[in-house]
Amino acid sequence: MNVDREITLTVNGERVTARIEPRKSLVDFLREAQGLTGSHVGCEHGVCGACTVRVDGEIVRGCLTLAAQVDGAVVETIEGVSDSGEIAALQQAFLERNALQCGFCTPGMLLAAAALLKENPSPSREEIREYLSGNYCRCTGYQSIVDAVEAASVAMKEGGR
Amino acid sequence: MTDKPLSIHDLPNSYIGRTVPRPNARRLLEGRGCFVDDISLPRMAHVAFLRSPYAHAEIKSIDLSAAAESPGVIRVVEGREMAEHCSPWVGVLSHLAGLKSAPQYALAVGRVRWQGEPVVAVVAQSRAQAEDALALVEVDYEELEPVVDMETALDAGTPVIHPDLGDNLAFERKVDAGDVDAAFTEADAVVEETLHFGRHTGVTLEPRVTLADYNAGDGKLTVYMSSQAPHMMKNIFAIHLGIDEDDVRVVCKDVGGSFGIKIHTYPDEMAAVTLSKMLKRPVKFLADRLESFTSDIHARDHRVTAKMSVKDGRITAIEMDDLTGIGPYSVYPRTSAVECNQVLNLAGGLYDIANYRAVGRVMFQNKNVMCQYRAVGHPIAFSVTEALVESAARAVGMDPVELRRNSVFRDDAYPCTAASGLKFEGLSHQKSLNKIFEMMDYDALRREQAALREKGIYRGIGMAAMIEVTNPSPMFYGIGGAHISARDGVTIRLDPTGGVTALTGVTEQGQGTEAMIAQIVASAVGVAMEKVRVVTGDTDTTPYGGGTWASRGAGIAGEAALQSGRALRANILQVAAAMLQSDAGKLDIREGRVVDADTGAERITLSDLAKTVYYRGNELPDGVSPELIATRHYSPREYPFAFTNGIQACLVEVDIETGFVKLLKYWVVEDCGTVINPQLVDDQIRGGVIQGIGPALYEHCVYDDQGQMQNATMADYLVPMAAEMPDIEIAHVETPTRESALGAKGAGEAGTAGAPGAVANAINDAIASLGGKVTSIPATPERILEALGKL
Repeated sequence: MNVDREITLTVNGERVTARIEPRKSLVDFLREAQGLTGSHVGCEHGVCGACTVRVDGEIVRGCLTLAAQVDGAVVETIEGVSDSGEIAALQQAFLERNALQCGFCTPGMLLAAAALLKENPSPSREEIREYLSGNYCRCTGYQSIVDAVEAASVAMKEGGR
Repeated sequence: MTDKPLSIHDLPNSYIGRTVPRPNARRLLEGRGCFVDDISLPRMAHVAFLRSPYAHAEIKSIDLSAAAESPGVIRVVEGREMAEHCSPWVGVLSHLAGLKSAPQYALAVGRVRWQGEPVVAVVAQSRAQAEDALALVEVDYEELEPVVDMETALDAGTPVIHPDLGDNLAFERKVDAGDVDAAFTEADAVVEETLHFGRHTGVTLEPRVTLADYNAGDGKLTVYMSSQAPHMMKNIFAIHLGIDEDDVRVVCKDVGGSFGIKIHTYPDEMAAVTLSKMLKRPVKFLADRLESFTSDIHARDHRVTAKMSVKDGRITAIEMDDLTGIGPYSVYPRTSAVECNQVLNLAGGLYDIANYRAVGRVMFQNKNVMCQYRAVGHPIAFSVTEALVESAARAVGMDPVELRRNSVFRDDAYPCTAASGLKFEGLSHQKSLNKIFEMMDYDALRREQAALREKGIYRGIGMAAMIEVTNPSPMFYGIGGAHISARDGVTIRLDPTGGVTALTGVTEQGQGTEAMIAQIVASAVGVAMEKVRVVTGDTDTTPYGGGTWASRGAGIAGEAALQSGRALRANILQVAAAMLQSDAGKLDIREGRVVDADTGAERITLSDLAKTVYYRGNELPDGVSPELIATRHYSPREYPFAFTNGIQACLVEVDIETGFVKLLKYWVVEDCGTVINPQLVDDQIRGGVIQGIGPALYEHCVYDDQGQMQNATMADYLVPMAAEMPDIEIAHVETPTRESALGAKGAGEAGTAGAPGAVANAINDAIASLGGKVTSIPATPERILEALGKL
């Protein structure tokens, strides 16, 4: 049961093959084996959302997903979506509105916000608050984050995206 | 005021008072920050700790043999061996007279005194292997009766946690000013409240984390820490590991939230650093969330009984008895008596009264340690005074706003001294009260409240006035013997690029310290903010300093940055005058260029000036000795603290069937003196308010009668989330401190200081007509229904 197994997956567009312990979580695999330290570990029991990453287009908790489960999957992290420019409007809005303080929750918050705007390009403030209610932020009090997501939603529409 | 001299805020190219983005935010937005757990070093090992499952027990024996054989294990260490390498510490300070505590060890020796106390350290190749081995450690405990209730901690039948100390009383302080008894006798009304404040904790999203790297070759220790106070920790590692302090370097890169959690001496961190020295290799310790809940310092845990008297529409006296439980040790080096001390100072500091009597007692107990967390003591003090104000106003048939207005220090009363002894240079209670009154449209809200009440909707309006300790002088810690710098410095250097590098001893945990320093430096030197690089958090490179806590960054390091920037500017102009055969007084620096002060015509760029100085000094006139670097330090001297003031208000709706509270709106008026970056200040206040709403409604470290924490997971310990939090409207009054040229006071803790009182008052305002009153926070639905007699 504890024998290492081999997985092959796509991480931020790169094909990766690795041997992993069956108990290794996806976020630990990304951080330790792939050096992708932008996904953070806050609680290791699926509550805080700091480890949010994308698997086959859907956001998941990297701490509740085992690396063994993503064999053959397409995994995207904050580093990948930053380099692709996919969430640039959100990042710009977060910067301008200071929608981050310590920055530890921020990668997960941005991936969750991006998923919201994909599902609902014009969310109300209440809808933003509701959608992000699975992501802890201990610093901001959330208002600036709600402001920034709202601003990004407007900017993305004006930018024709 | 036309006769006011021009200040830095009036310069044409000043960034003071402007909202500009934080230069260091971009990398965090891309997941390219550098938190300690992001760092891996060659030969790095990982340590995990076996922690006490009991609140109080004798360690009869420990068997490490099976753990030592576990795969990947490098070393297993218990308390006695650890104590040979890391000396114990005692959390007392001389200015807190009578404070006592016992020696605390990195790993428990002989006895465990709280659930979560580290007992055995396992170092292994990976964290998972270290945890595997922990399961193989055999510890034989003999359980002892735990001391859990601070109310009975001094009873004859209660065990004494540290027999050498004689009893469980860590500290006691009394204040007696004026004649409280006479004031009570003469009063129109005297009201009394007993309030309970639950334990809560910081829940930094990044847990505590330390990576120690002892290099046996040169005897140097480098510790990467998630910490607020690198120079303080450098001193502590040196003392307790027996290393020359000059050989210790502490580096704080990105810090994932702190709020007062990451500023104390933690046994597990001391053990991890000691293990690096013992093993001559890097050792990393990262707390998991269960460890965070049972070993990060807890906060509050107070029971306060207090009285207030009113005569002729004014508050005339306050009497208060504060009892607090701090766990089994006073935390080193700041001590766990400071919160109680602050409660006593602050509760007698808000209103202009002559009569104030208070006693504070600090008890040892077998729970996790309690120490300074954001807004130390403030939420207790102002929950008490503000609950009393609302009760007293009801008792004499006044609106609480009016009672506050009549009882605060008048805006023209300064300088003045409060009954508790606090000295105030300048506050704006009256202006702030008037401002919030207008901002929230108080009268309209009251009318709406009454109209909705007819429809069975229970809304409540609560307020809390507050003052905040900021810009602490040496009177806070240094005077009592703590090796904690009250002084901070900024060194600014002009490079041949025309860029400016500023190094400072204060640290960044997301408040925007680096942005604030960059704004001031850019303004003072005369360059664009993009040309300023700020370096923080490295004891090898930054000026010696205290770090960021007690809302001191902007007020203290900000002033040092201003003075240092002015000094560098003068140095540059001196060189420029010599090069340009001009007079320094006729030149100015604007946007990176030396210009004629009168015409603004460019004479030379700073880059060209610096290139000449560094590369072609032979071109300089004889006798010119350019110094394109300057350092200045600042520490307040005249006042022990630069107090700020503010007032907060909250509108809630209470569902009287379920006990649920909905926060509808929140208002803050804050006076933190000169505002350097309005957006950063407002976001500090908002974040602070939310951290006050948390313990008012949700956050609670729940212990059972055996001293076991019952809710040590993020799923069970509730914190404010996006869906429940209100939007917060903020306005400012600006009363700059005259002690510094910058005039800035701190803003980091005000929100947390006032919010619990405002929320509790709003809930009680909503249910008062039903005869209900909540006297314990968090005000959970269960407690509200109990108050309404429905449970």
